Amino acid sequence: MSSDLSLWGIFIAVGLGTFALRLSFIGLYGRLRVPPLLQRALAYVPASVLAALVLPAVVYPGGQGALVLANPQIPAAIVAAWVAWKTRSTVLTLAVGMAVLWAGKFLLG
Amino acid sequence: MSYRSGRDAFLQGVRALIPLTPGVIPFGLVTGIMAIKLGLSPLTAMGMTLLFYSGSAQMVALQLLDTGVLPMAVVITALVINLRFVMYSASLAPYMHRMPRRKLWPLTYLLSDQSYALCTLRYSSGEMGRFAHHYYAGAALAMWLCWQLSVLAGVCLGTGIPESWSLSFAIPLSFLALLIPAIRNLATLGAALAGGMLAVCAAGLPYNLGLIIASIGGIVTGLVIENWRNAGGPEVRP
Repeated sequence: MSSDLSLWGIFIAVGLGTFALRLSFIGLYGRLRVPPLLQRALAYVPASVLAALVLPAVVYPGGQGALVLANPQIPAAIVAAWVAWKTRSTVLTLAVGMAVLWAGKFLLG
Repeated sequence: MSYRSGRDAFLQGVRALIPLTPGVIPFGLVTGIMAIKLGLSPLTAMGMTLLFYSGSAQMVALQLLDTGVLPMAVVITALVINLRFVMYSASLAPYMHRMPRRKLWPLTYLLSDQSYALCTLRYSSGEMGRFAHHYYAGAALAMWLCWQLSVLAGVCLGTGIPESWSLSFAIPLSFLALLIPAIRNLATLGAALAGGMLAVCAAGLPYNLGLIIASIGGIVTGLVIENWRNAGGPEVRP
């Protein structure tokens, strides 16, 4: 974890940047047009970025690309994905995923 | 329907938000707990929550800070996650842009996935009449309060939760809960598969480059599949 000062620097930069993204078209109404290709590309941002965050975090429980053989996170994530797909519920996805992880850890000792 | 008064519209907006809270509160709790677990002070954690007001970007930033990547990479990744607000902004601009700045800026800060989802159809149908912004303000402010309070609750719980619970796994799980609804067709599925697999292969790269490469690869894959489906499928042609 970085120092406090650099943390606040990061937070303020993200805060201002996020506000600018929210304001973008509302603030510059009539003066800004999105190129069609960019607009289409934006539609794929959530799926690709979220998948790029989820998969490595599940496959490498220790972080930084170290593969672990007995990894209960993988079955837990598969079951949680199924629950998310069936129910669309954050609560159930979290609850079932954590329960399967704990069960797996218990079985592995 | 149109509303009798601004107050009526505001309260209707608050009421519309309430059914969405079960999806928000656990995510906020986990965010607060993680912030404390990763070593932020309660004050820093809440400052971060106020400044970001974006749960997924905040989770991502926390995860990246924990792995010790460059501050610049944290900022860029968080902003990439928040690019969706540009889409929301473009879609609400025709209805909101005429407001005076002292009202527009706070309402813009309150723009979230939930407030957008609740208001966009009502704005475009014109059914809300002249109190439309009051409805938006009610929904958006209720969402903001729900989020801040659930993170605060998580911050208070934070240190009370033992390491053996493996609670850090809740981060990828909550991303998973956001990812699955984002997969709506073959193109978004392709984007997710490409992004995920590239990220796994590139996990060893420094400065979080793997995430950036994987995200771009996923977006390109989605666009290629979309083009291919539009060109090849006679059933989609008019």
